[in-house]
Amino acid sequence: MSADHELRVSKIRNGTVIDHVHGGQALNVLTILGIDGSEGEEVSVGINVPSDRLARKDIVKVEGRELSQDEVDVLSLIAPDATINIVREYDVVEKHRVERPAVVDGVLSCPNPNCITTDSEPVTSTFDVLDDGVRCAYCETIVREDIADLIDG
Amino acid sequence: MCHEHLITSKQLSRADIEQVLDRAAEIAADPDAVAGRHVGTLLGLLFFEPSTRTKMSFETAMKRLGGDVVDMGSIESSSVTKGESLADTVRVIEGYADALVLRHPKQGSATMASEFVDVPLVNAGDGAGHHPTQTLLDLYTIRESAGLDDLTIGIMGDLKYGRTVHSLAYALTNFDAQQHFISPESLRLPREVVYDLHQEGASVREHDGLEAVLPSLDVLYVTRIQRERFPDENEYQQVAGEYQIDAADLEAANDDLTVMHPLPRVDEIAPDVDETSHAAYFEQAHNGVPVRMALLDLLIGGSQ
Ligand SMILES: [Zn+2]
Repeated sequence: MSADHELRVSKIRNGTVIDHVHGGQALNVLTILGIDGSEGEEVSVGINVPSDRLARKDIVKVEGRELSQDEVDVLSLIAPDATINIVREYDVVEKHRVERPAVVDGVLSCPNPNCITTDSEPVTSTFDVLDDGVRCAYCETIVREDIADLIDG
Repeated sequence: MCHEHLITSKQLSRADIEQVLDRAAEIAADPDAVAGRHVGTLLGLLFFEPSTRTKMSFETAMKRLGGDVVDMGSIESSSVTKGESLADTVRVIEGYADALVLRHPKQGSATMASEFVDVPLVNAGDGAGHHPTQTLLDLYTIRESAGLDDLTIGIMGDLKYGRTVHSLAYALTNFDAQQHFISPESLRLPREVVYDLHQEGASVREHDGLEAVLPSLDVLYVTRIQRERFPDENEYQQVAGEYQIDAADLEAANDDLTVMHPLPRVDEIAPDVDETSHAAYFEQAHNGVPVRMALLDLLIGGSQ
């Protein structure tokens, strides 16, 4: 990757760079992390940036915030190839790949309209993570595609 | 049984199933021995959709154990119509009863409800989800008539929406059973169920018609194909007739074939089958009482 491409998204001082997100998924990454800028976070997003590893990739930089392992794990559902760089004083101090969690709580909504979790019950949605999708722990519906559509907005 | 609640047949091991069926057989052989066993025990019946049969079967089971039941009356007159959540309803009724039975139209309702209560909760049907006590009485009937090992079973009819079919198929993965699924293309088993059955290493074969497999079957489990599942009446008429059986059809079957049905039936099993030695569906329905007595006895505990 050339310096020219890197400059498309400005460097951050302290925070997290989520790199190698599949093209077009950057905004879903922000949604899954609950970042909408309303808290004053400084966020830079590159969409469909040329990449060596993926033909086109997205990149998300969040200034002033280090992602927790839980947040990173949930990201894996929509960005399985993402790399997470924790930046302090412009230096990458930690770099790791996302890992798929066994379960995700309170992040996705069940697409089955007949599922009890879609009623106004005091229950947190829970999905088991399968090799090739996610499965509602209540109604057992399996979702393999368009998981990002289930993200609670 | 080591479970607090009974939500799905998937949670039942072979040992769990055998424990319930053995206890049910003891009770069926000598019902008087358990007649006063649970005097003073109250079972809460929470039926959010009508099901006279299942409800009466639980009611009979509890009363035959010496206990009693409380229920919430008709859905229309209950606080549900005032918008109370299911979570609140079960928490309130938990204070009245020693165990709960829940029938609810939403999938996953029993799983959710069980998270809010400490008394044992039995799922009596959650939408298109599970119906594990039906499965236990089906297994009891199969064990009595054909045995549960080295079993070849055909399951025919509406396999897509039939929760009794899904529950039974899961439970049979604990046994050495070859399962043949016979249905029109549009009413095949949901892919999720097939996925689970394969995960369990079950032998699953799907067929369009009964003829080829009928002679090899020990059990034929028939369910109703519902007219309302078809957008177009003609389409229904075309398939429905192919999945009906009468006494003449069964001449091609093994003499020991057992024909089962969760009832109510409409016209998928002709009345002339009732007179043959194959018919086991009324006995199957009656088995619901000793099986539910056994289950309640195990869940509530035998301290009295
Ligand atoms: Zn669900």
